[in-house]
Amino acid sequence: MADAQPDRVTMRLLVVEDDRDAADYLVKAFREVGHIADAATDGEDGLAMASDGQYDVLIIDRMLPKLDGLALIGNLRAKGNETPVLILSALGQVDDRVKGLRAGGDDYLPKPYSFSELLARVEVLSRRRGGRGEETVLRVGDLVLDRMSREVRRGEEEVSLQPREFRLLEYLMKHAGQVVTRTMLLENVWDYHFDPQTNVIDVHISRLRSKIDKGFSQPLLHTIRGAGYMIRDGAR
Amino acid sequence: MTALGKLFRTTTFKLTLVYLTVFALFAAFLLGYFALNTRRLITEQITDTVNAEITGLSEQYRLGGIRRLVIAVDARARRPGSSLYLVTTFNGEALAGNVTALPPGALDTQGWTEIVYRRLDEPENSGKPEHDALVRVFQLPGGFRLLVGRDLDERERLYHIVLSAGRWSVIIVVVLGLAGGLFVTRRVLRRVDAMTETTRTIMGGDLSGRLPVAGTGDELDRLAENLNMMLERIEALMVGLKEVSDNIAHDLKTPLTRLRNRAEQALRVAKTEPEYRAALEATIEESDGLIGTFNALLMIARAESGQARDDMTEFDAAEVAHDICELYEPLAEEKGIALKVEAGTAAPVRGNRELVSQAVANLVDNAIKYCEPPEGGSGERTPEIAVRAVSEGDRILISVADNGPGIPEADRVRVVERFVRLEQSRSQPGSGLGLSLAAAVARLHGGELTLADNEPGLKAVIALPRGGPVQSA
Repeated sequence: MADAQPDRVTMRLLVVEDDRDAADYLVKAFREVGHIADAATDGEDGLAMASDGQYDVLIIDRMLPKLDGLALIGNLRAKGNETPVLILSALGQVDDRVKGLRAGGDDYLPKPYSFSELLARVEVLSRRRGGRGEETVLRVGDLVLDRMSREVRRGEEEVSLQPREFRLLEYLMKHAGQVVTRTMLLENVWDYHFDPQTNVIDVHISRLRSKIDKGFSQPLLHTIRGAGYMIRDGAR
Repeated sequence: MTALGKLFRTTTFKLTLVYLTVFALFAAFLLGYFALNTRRLITEQITDTVNAEITGLSEQYRLGGIRRLVIAVDARARRPGSSLYLVTTFNGEALAGNVTALPPGALDTQGWTEIVYRRLDEPENSGKPEHDALVRVFQLPGGFRLLVGRDLDERERLYHIVLSAGRWSVIIVVVLGLAGGLFVTRRVLRRVDAMTETTRTIMGGDLSGRLPVAGTGDELDRLAENLNMMLERIEALMVGLKEVSDNIAHDLKTPLTRLRNRAEQALRVAKTEPEYRAALEATIEESDGLIGTFNALLMIARAESGQARDDMTEFDAAEVAHDICELYEPLAEEKGIALKVEAGTAAPVRGNRELVSQAVANLVDNAIKYCEPPEGGSGERTPEIAVRAVSEGDRILISVADNGPGIPEADRVRVVERFVRLEQSRSQPGSGLGLSLAAAVARLHGGELTLADNEPGLKAVIALPRGGPVQSA
């Protein structure tokens, strides 16, 4: 199976992280996949750089010298700056997450993380701004999902889905063309923030795949190795 | 000096001092009061006697004039142990009596005075001191004066006897009290020293040490017994902790070693890019497993420390059972296991929904792992897992029952411990922390995890108090 490559739009990213090695690594990695990335190594620099609003997504470490990550976000939000923020933190527990999101963060990723997970989340965050979130009918190729009537069609055929499968497909289609990781699915479709030891998500995906792709020459739901899944119209 | 200083600084000794001071003051007061009272009583007696004599003598004077008075006074003065008498004319010439060497002017004031005198029968310069006396001067009609008095020596002697008795008794009380205090203090100090000694060795790392108990059942014994119980508990915890850290060391070092070996081997052997890629992918997979183990350990520590109590809300345990089953159902089906959920009515409970969900997920995950039919074998029974959530009294029971091999009764307590995996399950993937986490979550909520025989199979039950953990004040 050929890996499907996501269609990337160049983003401007700011990494605020006090560990210079980690910051350099992230900047380099983001540049390699075609984004523009800058780094700040303390909270005050980060706030100054983020304030002019030129970035699409901010990646902010929770513990920063001079100005704490959560305080930085609070400052930005108080100024009316609504740039999406992803919080990185060594504190990975549920209540830390809740605190981070309450402080104005848009997503939360505990350390250690994989770059593919971070990239997937950052791309989803940037797309969220004026993205497809509000559309009532989602389309990928000849797959159509109607959020009002809760109907799904592939070409002429009606696809019947369980409620959870519908939400899974809805989330994937909302982020069509983007990599969606297993933990993102677990968080957004099931609302769980723990890591099930066995890969239960894979089984749900293969079920969904058998319903929407089986019997069609052009598969839409792709597995991105080492990262997650993506729904994409491959015929384009 | 230091030993003595230590003795003086002890509470017992300080208490002894306070008690002693109070007691000595009380004794001194009592004896002083006694002495003063005795003195007053004697004075009263003297005045009564003198008054009676004056009355009697003035009666004689009234009946027989000065001659009769002089005779009466002479007769009385000659009696042994007599009072003091003096009869004078209006110009102070002595007519009768037994005293002399009166201070000048002693006869001029009427009424009571204390004077110094000498008896007539004593020589003038014998060197013997003059005596004190309490006298009354009485003016008789016709210008004569009558002095009657009593010697005060007896009174003073008695007063001094009582005073010195008081002094001695206070000194004895203080000396005996101090000695007793020192004795008691040293005894107590010896026991406290023994306890301190033991404590030192325990602090030095020997947790098996216990404080000495004298067996008298006193407050020190009770203290020692309680401390011993505490030590027992600490020792048990430390042993547990050591076991856990040994297990952690083993279960983290093993994958770390694999990780390192794999990287090393890739460096040594791999030539082509796909080979490197495969080695790196395997490395990442291994480190992900490690991260998962770490996360689970942190989660357990978190649950055990009670920090997650802040996040408790009201939720429906039946809904959690349904959700988790829905999450695992495709996986179970793929493995040919029937996963059923029996949670009809709502089972509201107060707690951390996320943690309870994870605990139930762990149990279901375990059940799926262990009741999977053996490879190729056409199992004589269909593997089956039933998840139930019911209210029972003031508790909510969430059970996960399978019909797999189960766990021998002897091992059921052990498997809940961190990293314990039974020999036959070593081949299964997993961190060995699933049951530990479920147990920690149950404890966090003030409930418990029990493992029972499902005949056949294992039945794991998480019991949670409906109202959440009771806040221990």
